[in-house]
Amino acid sequence: MSQLQRQLASGAFVVTGEIGPPKGINVGPCLHEAEQYLKGRVAAVNVTDIQTAVMRLGSMAVCHMLIDLGIEPVFQMVCRDRNRLALQSDLLSAAALGIENVLSLTGDHVVMGDHQDAKPVYDLDSVSLLQAMCALEAGTDMGLDTKGNPNKLDGVPKFFKGCCTTPGSPTPEAQVIKLEKKAAAGAQFVQTQAVYDPKTFETFMKSIRHIKIPVMVGIVLLKSAPMAKYMNRSVPGVVVPDEIIQRLADSAKEDRQKVSTDIAGELIRQMKPMCQGAHLMTLGWDHCVPDIIEKAELS
Amino acid sequence: MNATEKKPVEKVIESLADAGSVFIIGCTGCPVGCDVGGQPWIDEMTGALTAAGKKITGSCLIELLCNKALVGFKLSRKAEQILAADAVLVGSCGVGVQAVGNMVARRAVPGLDTTCLGDYQGLWPGSERCGQCGNCVLAYTGGLCPITLCAKSLVNGQCGGTCDDGSCEVSPEHPCGWKLIYDRLKELNRLDDMRRMIDPRDSRKLAIPDAIRRTMRYALEVDEQEAAATKEAH
Ligand code: SF4
Ligand code: SF4
Repeated sequence: MSQLQRQLASGAFVVTGEIGPPKGINVGPCLHEAEQYLKGRVAAVNVTDIQTAVMRLGSMAVCHMLIDLGIEPVFQMVCRDRNRLALQSDLLSAAALGIENVLSLTGDHVVMGDHQDAKPVYDLDSVSLLQAMCALEAGTDMGLDTKGNPNKLDGVPKFFKGCCTTPGSPTPEAQVIKLEKKAAAGAQFVQTQAVYDPKTFETFMKSIRHIKIPVMVGIVLLKSAPMAKYMNRSVPGVVVPDEIIQRLADSAKEDRQKVSTDIAGELIRQMKPMCQGAHLMTLGWDHCVPDIIEKAELS
Repeated sequence: MNATEKKPVEKVIESLADAGSVFIIGCTGCPVGCDVGGQPWIDEMTGALTAAGKKITGSCLIELLCNKALVGFKLSRKAEQILAADAVLVGSCGVGVQAVGNMVARRAVPGLDTTCLGDYQGLWPGSERCGQCGNCVLAYTGGLCPITLCAKSLVNGQCGGTCDDGSCEVSPEHPCGWKLIYDRLKELNRLDDMRRMIDPRDSRKLAIPDAIRRTMRYALEVDEQEAAATKEAH
């Protein structure tokens, strides 16, 4: 059982971090950040999978390197780039490399990234990818043999299966229905899209009370007022309230980082009673994680 | 209708690089409906190719390049001009270009790009589109097709990319298909339909079966073959 699974099962409030692999093979900086600022402070570290469709080094390789450094990874998998053969094969590869936590995601469309002419795959979706994980755990795969029976595996993997949801979606009810399907398909934990309005989050959490899997609230560290405005404008389902933007705008340049971590810490403190953990997406500012954890009064 | 758009002139010229002489065929069906074909296109191409130093041996308009009998009839009357050319430039959908290529002993080169999402749409003029996925789920999606309305062809519900104005992450002009489906189902008081688990698609069904390839346009051809076979048997 992974550390993340154990901690969530214990009922503790659990924190996870996130790193993005580089565009190239210079893994030094992201591994250094993880070792320096995340190791020992978070239960596990998500490794993004070709995030926003910008081509980069693979998630699985970095997950494996984290394990070598004694850091537990969460392997993010998007459905955009691989068909069901490759997805299942990569799940087996991950398990063979000792990776247990896997997060099932749809994946941003290729037109959001830097290879807009690439073929979007979506052979599976975030629901059927979870079903594929369950099939592998049951010792079979998605295919059938000539007699119509599921193919058997030689050596069976075990996963801790996660998914995402968007509490700030303009159609929250549609998100709830999809989350119900993800839970039915085997999801064991949820890391949400970024939330900045505790009220919205409270309403959303009430609407998913019947879905009995632990939820970790997502926080993307807001580095500046322009970035917050950009998130409002360009990241679907993310709403940064005006007060927060104003606070960032009013802060002097040298205080900016302190204000950013203050905001993140406060948000976690406010939403802590409503959920089982927080997922911190610091976008390169991993050195802020110790500060955020302290300000959220979690240390 | 098969949606088509004009290939950039330089691309057309590039594809005719080794042809000194060209015969031009325009379709007056779908391309004219799309405002990209017919006589105006033939005139434009004649001008551009002549300027590029090519000899135009002739041209003709055919009402529907997907109508085999018509194509055979019209082209046989132009046989001399066609055979005097190194290549034939065709202003139609991909079906018409392939039809001409199969019928004349010359290379057929496309002058248009076929852009229709999801193949031939019959004569239906509306925005409804079928991606011919082979496992129709319209019964559970309020009669709206998730394969052609959702940018990712998702079948189990909305991703996280729906914007506040109801558009999809791919473009402000593209409405989120799953928001449309959600709104429709809510209106119909059938949101439970969205809870149904839909199996991943069977990609085999996206391939065109060989039996189907030989219908419609090829019906005549099959008749001809059968007639020839019967003759031989006697
Ligand atoms: S669900 Fe499939 S068969 Fe039905 S309309 Fe859409 S693409 Fe066509
Ligand atoms: S935003 Fe809507 S249409 Fe766009 S990919 Fe997601 S579900 Fe499909």
